[in-house]
Parts: sequence; structure tokens; C-alpha cells
Amino acid sequence: MANQELSDAILIRKYIEGEESALGILIERHKSKIYGFIYSKINDRDLCDDVFQDTFIKVIKTLKSNAYNEEGKFVPWVMRIAHNLVIDHFRKSKKMRFQRDTDEYSVFSFLSDSSLNVENQIILDQVELDLSRIIDELPADQREVLVMRIHQDLSFKEIADLTGVSINTALGRMRYAIMNLRKVIEKNNIILTN
Amino acid sequence: MAKLYSKKKLATQKMLPKKETISFLLNYSKALSIAKVGKLSFEFIAN
Repeated sequence: MANQELSDAILIRKYIEGEESALGILIERHKSKIYGFIYSKINDRDLCDDVFQDTFIKVIKTLKSNAYNEEGKFVPWVMRIAHNLVIDHFRKSKKMRFQRDTDEYSVFSFLSDSSLNVENQIILDQVELDLSRIIDELPADQREVLVMRIHQDLSFKEIADLTGVSINTALGRMRYAIMNLRKVIEKNNIILTN
Repeated sequence: MAKLYSKKKLATQKMLPKKETISFLLNYSKALSIAKVGKLSFEFIAN
């Protein structure tokens, strides 16, 4: 009971000296004022509790590391910490603005999952398999040019150099390769779309 | 004199933090110890 009459400064000194119960008295004594101060700035009970907790974590750390030197001004000091944390909170929430979906606006109209779903992946695998089978059926010289151009991303000059033919021949082989692919696809009614 | 039909008090309740918050703070304070070595300070939390 006598502890209730002790001044803040004495309680702080006792707390720094290791008397943990002094902190309980300080919190009990000023919780309403400090919580009310935070609530006046943030009208959200849960957020208030978070800021209140963070405020006292700072208070505890400062007192325990003997960095407190504002004797007789405990409440204004705690209020200042709370005020700074409230500002931090608003800075953060400004950076990461909360966006609620409405009928006109949905965040998912801007964000989309670019990865394929299982069905589309299976279709894509099938298309790639069909295409590689058709390419295997091409004459060797045409297949060679097509693979170098499409898969290895070589220029026609590089293909010409590597295969020992002129650029025009390489271009011609590519053209025939594509024509032959089209023929096979049309003949066998192969659908190569996803 | 007008009758008061409302059961609840119209005045806003005193704003207070949750009991859990205060309990957490007191336990955190008990668990925390800070040691200073030169310019560095180390925080220890006892489980």
C-alpha cells in the first residue's frame, strides 16, 4: 500500500535497482493516461495495445540500460516515446496503404499469377512433345537450321558458318523447315495452341 | 424528470490496455537483462 504513495522518481530508482514490482506500479498508475493518449491518435484498440506494448518495451530497455536521465518527468517522457511510435505507425501505414477491394476495383485485376495451372501445364507439355516429334521428322539439314535458330538462338550468319553453307541456303532451309512443319500439322490436325 | 431507458452507460468507458499486454510487459521486464561492455550493450532474454 505504501508503494502506491511513492513518487515516480523513487519507483524508477527502485526498478533500476532490480525491484521488478515497481514497474507494475508505474504501469498501473499511468496506463490509462498513456493508453488514452495513444487511442486519441489511433482509433483502433488492437493497434493501441501494440503501440502501448512497444512504448513500454522501450521504457524497460532504457531503464534497464541505465540510459534514463529525465528525473521527475516520467509521464511526459513515456508520452514522447508513444508519440514517436504513433508517427512511425502512420509512416508505415502510409508506405503500405491498405487497399480494400470494391466492386469497381480489385487488386487482383492488377496482380496476376503468371504461373500456369496444372491443366495448362499438361497442355503445354503435350504441345511441346508433339512439336518435338514433328521436328524430328524433318530432313536433317532443315532440322539442324531450325534447332540452331529457335533453340540455340543463333543468327543465320552463325548458322551458315557452322554448317558450312551460304546464308541464303540457311534461310532457305529454315523456310522449308517451317513449310514442312505446317504441312504435317495441317495433315494430322494437330492443335498446337495452349 | 425524463426517464432513462438505456441500460448501458452512455459515457465512454475508460480506455485501458488489455490485461494480457500488461502481463506480457511485466514478464518481459523480468526476463530481460542488459549488459554493457564498453560501447556495446547486450540484451539477454531468459526463457
